[in-house]
Amino acid sequence: MSTSKYGEYGGQYVPEALMPAIEELTDAYERYVLDNEDGFIDEFRRRMREFGGRPTPLQYADQLSERYGFDVYLKREDLLHGGAHKLNNALGQVLLAKYMGKDRIIAETGAGQHGTATAMAAAHLDMPCEIYMGETDVARQRPNVFRMRLNGADVTPVTAGRGTLKEAISETMRDWAGSVEETHYVIGSVVGPHPFPAMVRDFQALISEEARDQIRDRIGRVPDSVVACAGGGSNTMGAFQHFRDDEVDLYAVEAGGSSLTLDEEEGVAPNSASLSTGTDGVLHGARTKVLQDSDGQICESHSVSAGLDYAGVGPELAHLVEEGRVRAVTVDDTATLEAFHRLSREEGIIPALESAHALAFLDRAASGDADLGDEVVVNLSGRGDKDIETVLEETDRRDLSVAPDMSLFEELGGGSL
Amino acid sequence: MSLASAFEGGPAFVPYLVAGDPDYSASLSYVEALDDGGADAIELGLPFYFEFVEELDVDASLVCMTYYNLVSRYGESTGPRPFVERAAEVGIEGFVVPDLPVEEAGPLRDACDEFGLDLAFIVAPTTTDDRLQLIRERVSGYVYVQARLGTTGAREDISAQTGHSLERLDGWEIPKAVGFGIGSGDQAERVVQAGADGVIVGSALVEIVGEGIETDAPTTEVSSRLAGKVRELKAGALAGGSSTNRNEHGRTDPTLER
Repeated sequence: MSTSKYGEYGGQYVPEALMPAIEELTDAYERYVLDNEDGFIDEFRRRMREFGGRPTPLQYADQLSERYGFDVYLKREDLLHGGAHKLNNALGQVLLAKYMGKDRIIAETGAGQHGTATAMAAAHLDMPCEIYMGETDVARQRPNVFRMRLNGADVTPVTAGRGTLKEAISETMRDWAGSVEETHYVIGSVVGPHPFPAMVRDFQALISEEARDQIRDRIGRVPDSVVACAGGGSNTMGAFQHFRDDEVDLYAVEAGGSSLTLDEEEGVAPNSASLSTGTDGVLHGARTKVLQDSDGQICESHSVSAGLDYAGVGPELAHLVEEGRVRAVTVDDTATLEAFHRLSREEGIIPALESAHALAFLDRAASGDADLGDEVVVNLSGRGDKDIETVLEETDRRDLSVAPDMSLFEELGGGSL
Repeated sequence: MSLASAFEGGPAFVPYLVAGDPDYSASLSYVEALDDGGADAIELGLPFYFEFVEELDVDASLVCMTYYNLVSRYGESTGPRPFVERAAEVGIEGFVVPDLPVEEAGPLRDACDEFGLDLAFIVAPTTTDDRLQLIRERVSGYVYVQARLGTTGAREDISAQTGHSLERLDGWEIPKAVGFGIGSGDQAERVVQAGADGVIVGSALVEIVGEGIETDAPTTEVSSRLAGKVRELKAGALAGGSSTNRNEHGRTDPTLER
C-alpha cells in the first residue's frame, strides 16, 4: 500500500467524480511502479536510456569549486532530452497511461516545459495529447507552443482569470472530470492528490539514484549536501529521494522574487516561496503550504523564473521541511540573474532560471549564510536557452557586475532578440 | 431544522448563484429574486463574506457551496470549526463542498454535527458501490446527484441518466436532488419524473447574470429574468411531481415506475 498523507499534508481533495479515477490510478501506481508488474519499470528505464539519454553526467565544476572553496558537482539534467528533468515524469506517466489502457493524454503547462515534455513523450508512445495553457502564457511562450504543435499535441488556450498556470490546472481538472474513463491527466509536478506526489517523485528519483552512485564512484562517499531549486518541487524531490536516509544536508531553494512580504490588499505574493512564507491550505487536491491571504484566497505568485512561479508546493516536501529533514531557503531575482551569468561565463553552461536559484544559493553559502560542507551536489535541472529573452530584459533593468555588455545590439541598430 | 424539510412540500427547486457576482448589492437582489421565483433552498457560492448572508431577506433555506480551503482557513484556529460556527450564526443550514470527498470530510462533518448543520455530498456517475456506502453513512440534508460527467454532450437522455443514477440510491431515506446541465422547465420536469426529489440549477442562472454584465442591463431587469427562470424551472419540477405517483415521503415509488 502507498500512503496518501505526509504528516499533516497530502490527501485527496478532489471532486467526487474524480475519486474513482484517483483510486484506479493509485492501484496502477502500486502495481506497475512499485511492484514492476508486466515489467513496467524495466521498460521505463529502457526508454529513459534510449529516448531520454540517461544517465545524465555528474560534472565537477572547476571554476565554481575554486571560487567557493568547496567541491561543486553539477547533476546535468539540462542534458536530458528536452533540456530539463521534466521528461522523467512525463514519459513515466504517459507510459503508465498506456499500461492502464487509457487512450488520451491531457496535461497543464505554465511556461511550457512540462507541456513540451508531455508532448514529446506522447508522440514517442503514439498517444493523442491535449495541453491546456493559460492564454497569457501562450502569448509569452510562443517557441514552446510551437514545439508542442510540432510534436503533434493540441494546445488549448485557457482564458479564465490571469490566463496562467493556476487556471490551466483548473481547466485540465475540469476536462478530466468529464473524461476520466479514457483519459489520463499527466500532472507536472509532485503536487495534486495522492498518488501524484508519490508517483512523480518516484519517476524523478532517477536523478538522485544516479547522482548517489556517481558521487560515490568519484569521491568514495556521499556528499555533505545536496542543493536543488523548488517550485512545485519535482526536481527537488527527485534530487533528494535517494539521499534521504544518508547524513546529507538537503537544501530546497525557493524563488524569493522581489520581496518575501505578501501584499494582502492586492492578493499578491511577490515571490513563489510557499515553503518559506506560506501557510497551511488546500490547493489543487492536497493539503500543503500555500501562498494565500487571511481569507484563504490563493495569491498570485511571482518569480523571474516562470517554472517556479506557483502558489503551492508538493505536500511531501512541505512535510520534510516541517520535520526539519529539508531546509527551505530563498534567493531573490537579482541573485538568481547573477548566478545565471556566472555559470554561463565561467563554466560554459547556460542554466535555466529555475536551476540558477540553486546556483545562487552556493554564493550565499560561501559568504557565510550556510555551511554546505566540502562536497556539494547541485541539481542543474534544466538548460537556459528558453530564458534568454527574459534574462536580456531583466539584466537590462539591473546593474549586474557579472553580466556581459550587450551594447553591440544597440550599435547594430537592432532591438531585443 | 434540517435541510431535508425544504423537500417536504413536493419536488424542491434549488438554484445556485455566486454571492457577490457581479457586485455586492446587485448580488443581494439576484439572490432575493431566486427566492421570489419560488426557490425552496438556495446554494450560495460563498467567497468569504458572511455579512452578505446576514443582509439577505429570503425564505428559502441557505446552503453554502465553496472550496474547502476557504472553510478550513477561516478564523483564528485551524480546521473548519470557526467557519461552521459563523455560518450557523448567520443562518446557513448546510454545506456542499465539491472538492471535499467523504474520506477527507471528518473534521467538517464533526463541526456540522456540533452546530446542527447539514453536510450534503455529491454522488457522481463514476461513484463506485463502496463509495456510495461511505457517502450514505455521512451525508445529511440531501444528496446531490450529479447527473452526468461533462457539462457538454447530448442533453436529450437526461431522464434516462437520472433514472439510472437514482436506481443506485434506491432505499436511501434522504432527499435526492439532481443537478448538472439542467437549464429548462422541461428538463426539470423530466428529472422529477425520473424520480428526483429536487432539481439543482446553477450554470443556466449564472449565465443570466453573465449576460447582464455583458449587456450592462439594469439590476432590476436581471432580477426579473432570474425570477422568471426560477418560476419556469420550479413549475417544471412541480409538473414532473404531479404526473408521477409519489409516496407519502414525497419520493417516487420505484415499483410504480417500472
